[in-house]
Amino acid sequence: MPFLILENLSKHFDGNLVLDNVSLQLKERELVAMIGPNGSGKTTLFNAISGFLKPDQGKIIFKGIEINNLPPNKIARLGITRSFQRIRLFHQLSVLDNMLLAARYNEGEKLFSALFRTRLIHKEEEENIKKSLEYLSFVGLFDKKDSLGENLSFGQRKLLELAMAFASDADLILLDEPTSGVFPETKAKIIQNIQKLNEDGKTILFIEHDMELVMRLAKRIIVLDHGKLIADGHPDEIVNNEHVLDAYFGKRKSYA
Amino acid sequence: MEYELHLFIITGIFVILALSLNLVLGYLGQPALGHAAFFAIGAYTSSLLALNAGISPWIGLFIGASFAAISGMIIGHLTFHLKEDYFGLATFGFGLIIYSGINNLTDVTRGPMGLPGIPQFIAFTDLYNSLIFYCILILLFVLITIFLTRRIIYSPFGRVVQSIRDDELAAEALGKDTRQVKIMIFTIGAFFAGIAGSLYAHYITFIDPSSFNVMESILVVLMVILGGMGTIGGPIIGAAVLILFPEMLRFIGIPDAVAAPLRQMIYGFLLVILIIKRPQGLVGKYKLW
Ligand SMILES: Nc1ncnc2c1ncn2[C@@H]1O[C@H](COP(=O)(O)OP(=O)(O)O)[C@@H](O)[C@H]1O
Ligand SMILES: [Mg+2]
Repeated sequence: MPFLILENLSKHFDGNLVLDNVSLQLKERELVAMIGPNGSGKTTLFNAISGFLKPDQGKIIFKGIEINNLPPNKIARLGITRSFQRIRLFHQLSVLDNMLLAARYNEGEKLFSALFRTRLIHKEEEENIKKSLEYLSFVGLFDKKDSLGENLSFGQRKLLELAMAFASDADLILLDEPTSGVFPETKAKIIQNIQKLNEDGKTILFIEHDMELVMRLAKRIIVLDHGKLIADGHPDEIVNNEHVLDAYFGKRKSYA
Repeated sequence: MEYELHLFIITGIFVILALSLNLVLGYLGQPALGHAAFFAIGAYTSSLLALNAGISPWIGLFIGASFAAISGMIIGHLTFHLKEDYFGLATFGFGLIIYSGINNLTDVTRGPMGLPGIPQFIAFTDLYNSLIFYCILILLFVLITIFLTRRIIYSPFGRVVQSIRDDELAAEALGKDTRQVKIMIFTIGAFFAGIAGSLYAHYITFIDPSSFNVMESILVVLMVILGGMGTIGGPIIGAAVLILFPEMLRFIGIPDAVAAPLRQMIYGFLLVILIIKRPQGLVGKYKLW
């Protein structure tokens, strides 16, 4: 059974069809890029998968469970994590606290555990701190562990976002333009981290507009245009696909 | 000396009230503008139970606080999905409803005439002894409130509460049941406000609606913002300053008729200055904007 199934997803906003009958399947451990002109519905598709937006029509099935009617927090706990195109972090909490909030195992987050602190809860927290610090070292933010989120540079925020994706230990990771707006060296780091996540067994779907990067990183590319899935295949097929050439280069639209 | 003890007791009661609001306003980041309503529910519930059913204030205290908590939970269920400004309006409205309720349900609350002769926790013949008893009692409740607030906030659960303040959507995306957490914090905040209300009623022995009006809610908000949201020390300092400050006006010989409007003007002025110059309050760290 495929890992993630999107079946005939449609969504419209005030008369505009933003997702037009999108069907798609992802296999476990795939690393897939999604491209498409600006406003083609890529972020909306992420919003639908992560539960922030209810599709008008269609089904989303993750690991055999129908998730399209679940609230975002339930979907997250089933093992889907996402980043936001406009970065969302906890600005007035420390970098380490941001990481701990992303941690997958958090029995201690119950009110009961706060009032009656058991040894097990302490152990879990220590364990989470240890792992968080490892991931922070890995993305190169260890020194920033005590800084507030708001004191990070743009690039550091993008890196923290990825470190949080590591910490979430989610099975499916949706990244919305993870490298947009960062300096080349940070970009290289981010790419390296995405590859590492994928090697660790995570399924990743990422939105990207740097075609050179997409061609290098992904073994499969999905193309969205006006809410329609117009192509899905190996990078070599995609660059020669007539519809894609039309959507992208023919009409000279800006993309992503 | 009696007067100083009295001020200590009143300050303590408002410290509890401000700390309870701080859970919602400072840590959860929701601008609750009707907190006096829970204060009122605690005060009126245990007073009426004592006056009409002869129930001991010791028991009435917890029944009153529980009623307040249940109201907080209901308000939470009704408002958890509202954006900050609408949440502020809704809680403001709730404050108005409770205020006009106690003002107009004259059969039960005697309306503006108020409830006189509310029994104290222990009947002392000597005023001094009574004040000492209340100082100790209130101090005890202040310490319990501080202890429980710390316990709740300095924990993974407290981290989730604060993450909602920073970005509710991001918290949801990380699997936090933000709705449930919000309702829990509303409930706990209302519970402690109810405790404060009941303590107040059984200390002063007379309550009327004027102690629970909209200005009272604003005063508590001001205490939290002035001292510093999202800290334990902030609301304590804020409550102390705003309770003791009018007394100082009186002390330097300004007549009451002038002091009352002057005080409100100064409060308003303080709020404007703070919001512009020091949004994190005197000792706070969390910035409002
Ligand atoms: N919440 C919303 N309300 C109304 N229109 C929206 C909303 N979100 C997105 N849209 C519209 O849907 C279209 C697709 O947006 P989006 O998914 O963000 O595109 P992309 O991420 O591919 O650039 C755009 O035309 C956008 O204006
Ligand atoms: Mg987008």
